[in-house]
Amino acid sequence: MNVNRRSFFQMLGITGLTFALGKKTKANPNNSSRIDFKGILYDSTRCVGCQSCEFACAEANNLPEPTDSPEAGKFRKLSEFNRCIVNCYNTSKGEVYVKKQCMHCNEPACDAACLTQAMNKTKEGPVIWRGNKCMGCRYCMVSCPFDIPKFEYHSANPKIQKCDMCFSRISEGGIPACAENCPAEAIVFGTRRELLKEARKRIVETPDLYYDHIYGEHEAGGTGLLYLSPVPFQELGFKTTLQNSSYPELSKGFLYSVPSIFVLWPAILIGLREATKNNHLKNHEND
Amino acid sequence: MINTEYTLAKNSKGIKTWEFLKQEFKPKGKLLTPFNIISLPIMLLGLVLIIIRFWKGIGSITNLTQEVPWGLWIGFDVVTGVAFAGGAYVVTFMVYIMNLKKYESIVRVTVLNGFLAYVFYAGALLLDLGRPWNVINPIIGNSFGTSSVLFLVAWHFLLYMIAQLIEFSPAIAEWLGKKRAHKILSRMTIAAVIFGITLSTLHQSGLGALYLMAKDKIHPLWYSEFIPIMFFVSSIFAGLSMVIFEGSISFKVFSDQISEKAHQKHKGIIVGLTKICAVTMFAYFFLQVLVFVHSQNWHLLSTPMGFWFLIELLGFVFLPMLLFIYSYKNNSPLMAKIAAIVTMVGIIINRLNITVIGFRWDAVSHYYPSWMEIVVTLAVIFTELWIFRWIINRMPVLRESPLWAKENK
Repeated sequence: MNVNRRSFFQMLGITGLTFALGKKTKANPNNSSRIDFKGILYDSTRCVGCQSCEFACAEANNLPEPTDSPEAGKFRKLSEFNRCIVNCYNTSKGEVYVKKQCMHCNEPACDAACLTQAMNKTKEGPVIWRGNKCMGCRYCMVSCPFDIPKFEYHSANPKIQKCDMCFSRISEGGIPACAENCPAEAIVFGTRRELLKEARKRIVETPDLYYDHIYGEHEAGGTGLLYLSPVPFQELGFKTTLQNSSYPELSKGFLYSVPSIFVLWPAILIGLREATKNNHLKNHEND
Repeated sequence: MINTEYTLAKNSKGIKTWEFLKQEFKPKGKLLTPFNIISLPIMLLGLVLIIIRFWKGIGSITNLTQEVPWGLWIGFDVVTGVAFAGGAYVVTFMVYIMNLKKYESIVRVTVLNGFLAYVFYAGALLLDLGRPWNVINPIIGNSFGTSSVLFLVAWHFLLYMIAQLIEFSPAIAEWLGKKRAHKILSRMTIAAVIFGITLSTLHQSGLGALYLMAKDKIHPLWYSEFIPIMFFVSSIFAGLSMVIFEGSISFKVFSDQISEKAHQKHKGIIVGLTKICAVTMFAYFFLQVLVFVHSQNWHLLSTPMGFWFLIELLGFVFLPMLLFIYSYKNNSPLMAKIAAIVTMVGIIINRLNITVIGFRWDAVSHYYPSWMEIVVTLAVIFTELWIFRWIINRMPVLRESPLWAKENK
């Protein structure tokens, strides 16, 4: 009896310790490897619209070379044949060039939408697409608030085309092709934290040059692409009405309710069935 | 009646099952009926189009764009089709959970309809997948995207199809004359029903939840965080309207299979269903008004889309609700049928408003389905009806079960 009780307390103690320590050990690695996503800072005040990034991007990703060039008032679209595009806008401060590509959100809607994890936010920061997992449902396209993923509608083996921040080059210690080939230094690659600091520094040092906002700092819960502009962002065709919380947040409530319904519903249904069993007899009498 | 004797005769003569099956697979009845003459060419054309689609890509026969990646095949076939299939979980809830035995006679045909709807309309999903060979990925578990609503919906489709097959399986056992299997399968019904209702609650609302992340793309009059609840509530009266509509057609087309007693009972069943429709439609209407008032979108009502919103809500929810109430008060099955048809049109309009019409309503180029998308959709529906007819003509779905099956319970 004594031994039993002692061993019982021992067990209790060990279980308690495991719970207490278990939590700690689980939390530790998360703290030590604090997420430091890689990102890109794009400064449209520096961009001269030379399309070097477009050509470098096409070459790096085996896509056809661009055949037209940015002109003011002409809107060139992202398509399944390119991964980034430069447009020219007539603004209150004259013509301004802007490059458009995947925003590499901190919490991407496409990643949360993908039921095969083909769309994947890597721990390095880039959001990549993996063809061996993708089943081509295009839910990523429905969900992306920036309308970025493009689908090859005219292929029997269609792929999703979108910027992956040159993930394979980054993995080998390189930098994205567009950043490497920009002669105007409008595209800077680095960790998101450093880039935010740099962006703020530029705004503070030359406040006349910049519109006081870093697009991507808060939009859609924060993005890996950060933009600086001389004019308000709606003049450059940016979506400025996007929410500042992440998009996966929108379906979280529904997903959280699933387990409780799975537990509650069958119990309620069985209860109802037992409670209404007499109906059966009553109906028979009526017949 | 003839078929009951047939089953008994077969058992006494001891014909082997496969010989019986061979006989059963032969067509019964006339081949040159108006339905066949219309449906056959469309099905063949649909098959040709499907071959082209897999050969040249989805873009070769659809009008889908980079802005609107989900069109008619998802918006109508899957999202609307599944809402109409909601009758199965509502009727099984009434009969097996609430013990309303009055509705027992329509359980089998409703479950069969639901099952076929899931197989075909969710099956049509495969046509829309760009890389369908990877469809096993979320099932076999080498990449579970558990944060995805679509993952939940896909799994629920699969599990619910199995649950419905179990619910329907006693009819198959009766057809084949398998008494032992019949006994075992009948005992699994309740578990399948409870599981099925739970799954239905979640994936009917899940279909709406799919669109939650498309917050900036759906017209604000149709987008709210309550889409999942709206989808669930509307699936109740959508499913029941389908039961009323389909029942009135089945009772004409297959009248030889239905006894005089069942014919008279059916009138009472339809009128009973109208009451449930009216109540759930009132709840739905009330919810819609509540969400509209909260969203503070009054200024949008004077736009064309606002007008369209009012037509949907007043003309295709409020009006059929009144018709259902009228039908119930005056014991009128005819009015119930009219109300059911108006309701179904309303459900089609509502689902398409969210998935196609109101989706990227602000885009430069709008999406309209190509004639080929429509033909494929019709081909899918006709194929389903062919299978439905094949089963009704062979298994005890509308007609009474054989005597041994009743004693077997």
